[in-house]
Amino acid sequence: MNTVTGPALAIARPSVGLGAAMMAVLKRDLRVSFRQSQDLLNPLLFFVMVVSLFPLGVSPEVAFLRQAGAGILWVAALLATLLALDHLYRHDFEDGTLEQLMLQPQPLFLLVLAKTLAHWLVTGLPLVLLAPVLGVMVHLDGNSIGILCLTLLIGTPVLSLVGSIGAALTLGLRSGGVLLSLLIIPLYIPVLIFGTGTVMAATDGAPVGAYLALMGAFLALALTLAPFASAAALKISLSSS
Amino acid sequence: MSEPLLQAVDLHCERDERMLFSALNFSIVPGTITRVEGPNGSGKTTLLRLLAGLHDGYSGRVLWRGEPRSARREEFLRNLLYIGHRPGVKPLLTPLENLQAIFAGRHPHSNEILRAALDSSGLAGFHNVPCQNLSAGQQRRVALARLLVSDEPLWILDEAFTAIDHRGVGNLEQLLVQRAASGGAIVLTTHHPLEVPGMQRVMLGQVI
Repeated sequence: MNTVTGPALAIARPSVGLGAAMMAVLKRDLRVSFRQSQDLLNPLLFFVMVVSLFPLGVSPEVAFLRQAGAGILWVAALLATLLALDHLYRHDFEDGTLEQLMLQPQPLFLLVLAKTLAHWLVTGLPLVLLAPVLGVMVHLDGNSIGILCLTLLIGTPVLSLVGSIGAALTLGLRSGGVLLSLLIIPLYIPVLIFGTGTVMAATDGAPVGAYLALMGAFLALALTLAPFASAAALKISLSSS
Repeated sequence: MSEPLLQAVDLHCERDERMLFSALNFSIVPGTITRVEGPNGSGKTTLLRLLAGLHDGYSGRVLWRGEPRSARREEFLRNLLYIGHRPGVKPLLTPLENLQAIFAGRHPHSNEILRAALDSSGLAGFHNVPCQNLSAGQQRRVALARLLVSDEPLWILDEAFTAIDHRGVGNLEQLLVQRAASGGAIVLTTHHPLEVPGMQRVMLGQVI
């Protein structure tokens, strides 16, 4: 074993830029996700199945579906996100990648943000893309489907960001899944209420600007605060492992 | 004697209401190898994680070049290479992708350099095999290939020799000695008999 590059042991040395470090995390996580495609499909299948069970289990009537459709889609999307959350840090924790992430010189919350973004791209975004098809299935009109997708596009990142705090907190626990749901679902409720509320308003022909602005505020809040909370929670979880 | 890189001052750590160590003082000076010794469960891993900044449940101080480590977090982390019990190798990625991912956030190297590092760690021909198909020793070698391209002056290696074959251990020992000779500082735990002249020992557990 011989060193490949000659050792240069100076203390001061330029650090890798923040953007490059975040891109590296994003790239690695996406690559890992695509090699584990059954994990990717799971929440999506869940989403489709829950939504398609409602017409069968409750009522296939157009009036009911049009009334309840937005709620059904939102609840299913919420539960599908929750289902995928446990994977956000679990594998990294088990193989030691998370330790290495914490030892990177860049601020941890930004690396956590990159991780959460990668997670959303493979779990949240597909839900948004599938939503129009399911929207047609529950007889929503064109305008409502557009608004529904928009609320999901704003709302699912909030679900991922808020969920990352819970995932980080329950990381070291053996039965973390149950606790995660208990911790996170109350925080999801406002997003759910405003998400379905927006679509309801659109169906009734009311203006939705204020609703969307509020959802945007949720996203801004989650985007700025959740990474800090997740990073702090990760430190605690790793410290006690 | 050059200025110490890392100093442990009056460290005290308890775990599950059991005292692991108390009033522990030592310095890590460039050009030395420090071996943390003690029986199983004596807190070796905890001490190494504590030094790396991954474990918070302690009292006392850890100084980086004479100043509190937390005040110079970025500088400290840029100069630290830590390889823990869990090697930080993604089973679904290939050895080359693993190295690329690790170095992209620290100090990017060209693929030729990373390939050469994998070759010298005995992974020639395995560059593009997912790590989950490699043996435990080979996975360990992927993590240890980092050492070959590392320019961090401080290495903290937890159980560095685990699952490595006899010849690999010899090569690794040689690498550590070379590294210390060229001014690096190394802190390690191992159950493997390692004899290096001038090695500092930190004893944990009941010392009789």
